[in-house]
This record gives sequence, structure tokens and C-alpha cells, in this order.
Amino acid sequence: MAAAKATRAAFGEALVDLGKRDERIVTVDADLSKSTMTVGFAKAYPGRAFNVGIAESGMIGLAAGLALTGRVPFACSFACFLVGRFETIRVSVAYTQAPVKLVGTHVGVAIGEDGYSQMGLEDIACLRALPNIPIVQPADEIEAKQAVAYAVEHPGPIYLRLTRQALEPVHDESYRFRLGVSPVLRPGRDVSILASGGTVASALQAARALEAQGVQAEVLNVSSIKPLDEEAILRTAGKTGRVVTVEDHHVHGGLGGAVAELLAEALPTPMKRIGVTTFGESGDPKGLYAKHGLDGDGVARAVTAFLDR
Amino acid sequence: MARPDVPRLAAIAREGRVQILRMLTHAGSGHPGGSLSVIDILTTLYFNRLRYDPARPLDEDRDRFVLSKGHCVPAQYFCMAKAGFFPMDRLVTLRKLGSPLQGHPDRTALPGIEAATGSLGQGLSIAVGMALGLRLAGRAPRVYCVLGDGEIQEGQVWETAMSAPHLAGNGQPLDNLVAIVDYNGIQLDSFVKKVLDLEPLADKWKAFGWATLEIDGHDIAQIDKALDQADAEKGRPTCIIAHTVKGKGVSFMENDPEWHGKAPKPAEAVRAIREIAGDPLPDWAAPVVAELTALEKP
Repeated sequence: MAAAKATRAAFGEALVDLGKRDERIVTVDADLSKSTMTVGFAKAYPGRAFNVGIAESGMIGLAAGLALTGRVPFACSFACFLVGRFETIRVSVAYTQAPVKLVGTHVGVAIGEDGYSQMGLEDIACLRALPNIPIVQPADEIEAKQAVAYAVEHPGPIYLRLTRQALEPVHDESYRFRLGVSPVLRPGRDVSILASGGTVASALQAARALEAQGVQAEVLNVSSIKPLDEEAILRTAGKTGRVVTVEDHHVHGGLGGAVAELLAEALPTPMKRIGVTTFGESGDPKGLYAKHGLDGDGVARAVTAFLDR
Repeated sequence: MARPDVPRLAAIAREGRVQILRMLTHAGSGHPGGSLSVIDILTTLYFNRLRYDPARPLDEDRDRFVLSKGHCVPAQYFCMAKAGFFPMDRLVTLRKLGSPLQGHPDRTALPGIEAATGSLGQGLSIAVGMALGLRLAGRAPRVYCVLGDGEIQEGQVWETAMSAPHLAGNGQPLDNLVAIVDYNGIQLDSFVKKVLDLEPLADKWKAFGWATLEIDGHDIAQIDKALDQADAEKGRPTCIIAHTVKGKGVSFMENDPEWHGKAPKPAEAVRAIREIAGDPLPDWAAPVVAELTALEKP
């Protein structure tokens, strides 16, 4: 099995590879190129990597102008700083329909010691409200690289949500990422656990623990948060009758919110949303996941309590 | 560029003022003050500078124009209609449900609009991105961006102003880019000097590394000459600070913050048009006056 890799690292590698074949691809950073991992691309293609300094609004607008003149720009920063410039995304990218590839890294409490101000915890909630920006959070290296390749081809703006931390492989070489498709990683009949990105491993760990208790959990990798794979989610909800979502994002408006909206209208199903319920904070990533209930143990406990309700 | 035919351009701008008032009156809302202050600049751009083909609004070789002060789009819509992007009579559909003439520029609703603006402070960033993209593509078109003075209180403008002189594509700096500030001295709440004084404005742009010019924004010959200078500038983008009068051309609107965002009533528009077009009304203005008179509530 391949080694664990951060999806931001996979992104950086994919760009170098794709950039060789497609000279339209350019990157724009706001002094975080070493962190968003576009440095490799910048080294390989120095004339195609731009750094505007710590100026994310200007960066996003610049990317829009590049997109409107034939480039395929990846505008990169920490998720919180990028999506924090929501107004510029809303008008210069979304409403203008400029095909900017927005890349938000350092998502969730998993970034650890830097603490709340650097954590992307509300970015999904913000971007879901825009009509034309798909939201993709790959679960591992293989999926991340395919998602980047997809983003280049996607005929419009798109958002990739990437981790600082290394993620264990979830898919194998035969996997094919498709927007709007959420594969079942582990079948089950007692409860559905919908996870995304960094929490997919937690969901799988929880499923193993729950199995020992006689609970068969079905686990889905919801890498396509927008558009949701409605068919797959309704299918699993109909099968188990109990849905749990788990995300490294605030518990309001993210994956859990999206799934709740769908189920409430199409197939009302008892739900439990697991996510961050307060501000983030400094700490070691493992400790933070444990504290906020996002690790395997935490998810298993929450699912058990939910099923006992 | 050839010497400008100032009388011809002035006549177009005069017609533009009348059409702006006509549009706003039909719409019942919109921004007369800033549309009237910018029309001479836009006329000079559309009719003696920008290279475009109204029949091919997405042609790769077109110059790009971004109206960053998007609320003054009535001035741009007039220029586009006059240039042939769409029939002049469509102007009366401004802001109506379903009209391609949205209240603020909408790129996908109306071919010829380069970006959605109206959320102030964003247009210059897009213009700089376009200038860079054109350099990367090795293409010749130029990029022009008109900003408002209140607008440049937005921080994003200065982020972009700071980076533009440092950016280059394929080794070419962004001397294919011209920013024009419509410095009419009035914003929504009051005079700019009272809300947030921008002075020393030219010094700021110079300090940020732009070639900086100051002109009378209602003197077409000066506008054109400044654009010549900007087009000839090598190595850095240019900012033209155009001193203008908000509401220019209408005695009861000039220099009055009240007319930032209030549409005239039909009778007010008729009064204004008579001032602009002259007495007796020329042939081209009489139908507009008749049309607006018919709008008046009995």
C-alpha cells in the first residue's frame, strides 16, 4: 500500500505533471506557496507562477482576469484566508463566471498548533451558497491527483479543499474520481457514515470498532460535497435508516448541512452531524481530533449514542 | 492614434448624457451623478481608443475595458448601443426583469461586458489579471479600467495597485494597462473629502509605482492625449486621475451628493435634457423628450 500523503502535497505534484502538458495552467499565491505546495510548479515553470504577496482579495481578482484571458489559474491559500475573501469570489469569480480553480488548504482542526485563526472551518458553508462552484474534498493522494486533473477540465470555477496533514490511502489505482459521485467504501446495514477528506479514515476506524459491537456501518467517501451524490446518499439512507456525517469543518452548513437539506426534503431520516461545534484551538492534531470527536473513537462513540437514542 | 475629432466626440457625449437620463428615468432607479461624470471618458475610449468589433464581442484581439465603478453602467450601455452592440432603444429596458441591461454590469447577460462589477474595489484586480493573461498569451490587446474615487477607499484596489507594477508575463511588464480614476469628489454619503479624503491621490499612485497623470476629465482632447501618453508608457502601467464634476451637464445635479443614486422623475429629466441638448431641441433629442413627457403621471 502507498504511503500516507497530504492532499496538498498530492496537488502540488499533480500540477507539475499537468503543467507540462497544458501551458495554460498557472498558479497564483499570496505568500503561502511553500504551504500550498505550488513551489514545485513554480520551480518547474517559473514564468507561470505568480505571488502577489499577502493580498488574497487581489489574488482572487487577478486569477479571474487570468481565467478570462485564456489561462487555467489555480488561486491558492489557506482555506480560511481564501474563502474569507468571499465577496471577491462571489462577484469576480462566481457571478462573472470566471473559471478560476480555487484551492483552499490547511482545512480543519487537523492543522494543529497554529490554532483557530489558520483553520478552515467555515469554507464549505460559505461556498455552498454560491450557485456555480463545485466543492471537492479528496480523501487521499490518488483521489486528489484525479481531482486536480478534473478541475483543469471543469468548464467553470471550482473549489478544492485540501489537507495539511498526511492522509492514509483510501482508494487504489483502479479508482476513478467523478464529480457528483460518492463511492461506498464499506457496505453495512445498520447506519450510514458519510465522511470527507481527513475524517474518512476516522469513519473507517469507527466502522471497524462498531463491527465488534455487532453494528454494521456503511461508510461513504463524500469527496464531492457539491454537487452531492444524491442517489448514493438517498440509497444508503433508505438502506440503513440512520445517517451520520463527520467532517473537519464546523457542524453548521458544511457536509452535514448539505446532507440534512437533502434528506429533509427527499427522505427524512434521523441524522447525527459530527463536526467542530466551537472555535478551533492550538494543540497536536491527534489531540484536537480526539477532543472534537473527529477520530475513530469519537465517531464510534457518537454513532453508538446516536443509535441508542 | 489620430488626432481626436473633438466636436464629433463631444456630440456623442452630449447624446450620451441625454440617453443616460432617458434610461434612468424609465428604470426609476440608478446612478445619474457618476454616469454623467464619466461619459466623456467612456466616449473617448469607445469612439477613439478601444479596438473592438460589436459583431464579434468575444474576439480574442479586442481591447478589454472594465468599468470597475459598475454602478455607472448606464454610461457604458449608451456607448455600447451607439457602437452597435445592440439597438439604442434597448436602453429603456435598463434594470427591467429579464433585460440583458442589468443594474450593474453582468458579463454573461451582455456580450461586450468583460466582468461583473458593481461590488466596488474588484475591477482593477480583474483588469490586471487580464493584462497579465494577455502578456502570457503574447497578445497585443490593451486593458483599460475606470474606477470611482469613493471606490478606491476599498483595500483590494491598493493590493492590486501595489502588485501591478511588479507583475510581468513572458518578461513583459503590464504597460498594456491603464487605470482611470473618475475623480468627481462625491460619493454616496457625502463629499469624498468629508467621508474619507483621498489626498494626496496622485502621490499615492506614484508611490505605488504607476505612471501617473492628472487631467480635466471633461476635456476630450486632454483625455485623448493622456491615453496616448499611457499607451506609449514603457515598463509600468499608467493611472490617469481625471478631475470631473458629478452630474456634469445638468445644472441642478452638478456637485450634489443627492444625485449619486437617485433617478430623475420624467419632468426633471426633460428639464435636464433641454439644458444638455439646447433650445430649440435638435431632431435627435425631441423624440426622447416626447417619450419622457408621456411617462409623466397626470
